[in-house]
Amino acid sequence: MGGALLAIRDLFVEFKVYEGKLKVLNGVFLSVREGQRVGLVGEAGCGKTTTMKCVLRILPSPPGRITKGEILFRGEDILRMPPRKVQRIRGRGISMIFQDPTAALNPVFTIGDQLMTVIRYGSHDSLTRREVRQRAIKALAEVQLPDPERIMASYPIQLSGGMRQRVCIAMALATEPELLIADEPTTNLDVTIQDQVLRLLNELVVRRKTSVIFITHSLGVVREMADWVYVMYAGNIIEGGPKGDLFREPLHPYTRGLMRAVPKLTGGGIAEGIPGRIPDYLDPPPGCRFHPRCEHAMPRCSQKNPPFRPVREGHEVACFLYQE
Amino acid sequence: MEPILEIKDLKKYFVTSRGTVRAVDEISFELLRGETLGLVGESGSGKSTTAYTVIGIYAPTSGKILFRGQDISVPVSKRPKTLKRAIQIVFQDPGTSLNPRRTIGQILELPLKVHRIGDRNDRRRRVVELLRMVELPEDYIYKAPHMLGGGERQMVAIARALATEPELVILDEPTSALDVSIQAKIINMLLDFQREMNLSYLFITHDLSLMRNVAHRVAIMYLGKICELAPAVEFFENPYHPYTKMLLSSIPVVSEEEEKMKPEKIISQGEIPSPVNPPPGCRFHTRCTERNGICSQELPGMVRVREGHLVWCHLFGKKEEG
Repeated sequence: MGGALLAIRDLFVEFKVYEGKLKVLNGVFLSVREGQRVGLVGEAGCGKTTTMKCVLRILPSPPGRITKGEILFRGEDILRMPPRKVQRIRGRGISMIFQDPTAALNPVFTIGDQLMTVIRYGSHDSLTRREVRQRAIKALAEVQLPDPERIMASYPIQLSGGMRQRVCIAMALATEPELLIADEPTTNLDVTIQDQVLRLLNELVVRRKTSVIFITHSLGVVREMADWVYVMYAGNIIEGGPKGDLFREPLHPYTRGLMRAVPKLTGGGIAEGIPGRIPDYLDPPPGCRFHPRCEHAMPRCSQKNPPFRPVREGHEVACFLYQE
Repeated sequence: MEPILEIKDLKKYFVTSRGTVRAVDEISFELLRGETLGLVGESGSGKSTTAYTVIGIYAPTSGKILFRGQDISVPVSKRPKTLKRAIQIVFQDPGTSLNPRRTIGQILELPLKVHRIGDRNDRRRRVVELLRMVELPEDYIYKAPHMLGGGERQMVAIARALATEPELVILDEPTSALDVSIQAKIINMLLDFQREMNLSYLFITHDLSLMRNVAHRVAIMYLGKICELAPAVEFFENPYHPYTKMLLSSIPVVSEEEEKMKPEKIISQGEIPSPVNPPPGCRFHTRCTERNGICSQELPGMVRVREGHLVWCHLFGKKEEG
């Protein structure tokens, strides 16, 4: 695809544990174009965060090991770059917001100390102390925190959860990255605060034309935050497409099951869930990893992992139901 | 239908070194037999404190809790055992509510032993029956909680709550730690049990979309107070309180039809203030888009806007009662 800012191709990751090897990522394909807001949705343990850790090269190794694949950022493979170059990409090229802002901030330094460190080492220009401070204050004002001067001198414990997450957003955007990875940034927040944080994040990335990968387990959140949506199951991207198309007509049996299981404001009861549970990564089922839970499973589903292929205009799916 | 549980002017304050936390501040509601009442609120609203006061983990500061007409406003140590048998609870996180050093069989047998139900063989049969009820295989008796998935653990917790054949079950966010595909299964199971055993559920949650599909009536809590209480369908089609509208319009949904259900967008602003020094007057006035002079001075009284639909807000007329 032309103009891809980030392209993950055929990524495999294993974790070595006492009992053997956990085959977590099983050939992940994902791409982000410039200025695009990409949503990555999947349930707990499907490999969303592991994939993003590979992108930033922060996968703990051992026990983790990337066994195959490439991650192209502006055409260059991050997985084969020297560490110094990767270090330069972090912050300026790609930055990340984590799920739990309390764990992401250091409790013994003030917000100002932490934010200024990020700006000093992550900024594109060389700055004086005063300029660094000014930028930090501006970054806090941009995330609509009241009284930035006071926030600068505060410790994380003095702020509420919603305010801490705003600080993390300020930190991630202060270095003006080209790609922002937001990993479940509102999962720990109340729904009215989530609404505020999502609106703020959306405003900022749209205004700056930052590309985003928004990771979440909530289909509702992804519908508000992304133009393009990928669905992940047990280490594979199983469906991807433009948001409107994907929500109007999900194709993969897993995506359809997930959509059905979400409680609707319009009522009508709760549909049956998807039987079974996510496979054991030590010994995942052969072929399509979803086939033991799938109502449409055919003999060949247990023999070969279906390739990720377009079915129509940009809408891709990894399922034999749609392939000859 | 008779109420199985009546809460009257319930208060629960906690005295701390930084002041008195008014976790629950004079709330009243009742729960009918066979009914599900959804108690919805954000963190700090007092919904869990209400649940824990009903089950007896906390003694109320003042007010009354009546179960089948009997006053149970005492701590759990002073409650008769038959009462404890009739009221059970399922906690949010099955990872910490099950003893990691006991097998599933031992966990399910404990309530039977405590309440002296049957002899050893009877109890054994009952444990197997309980597992079958929640659709878990019999050999799980020998497994430890850590060998089970999150959904399966929560089913064990539900089976444990049902072991003593209770009449009232408090569900404290039973599915909020689980994935939606598993949530669906657990919720449907809970609804089946309710039908079969005529159970009453006090369902604590922050998930309004879930309540639309599960609850008969919904009560919204904010900073220790109830602000709106209505039958579920009515609640979603015709919300009155500005906070309810803000909550409903903040929910991310998955379809256009749902988007149309939401009230006109009320932009969410501000954060929930500290319950140590709650704002005077209406608790919500600091974040309310429709506040006027009276809101910061006087506590709004209950207004009955329709049969069974109660709102505590100055916008809808003068104080009527309570």
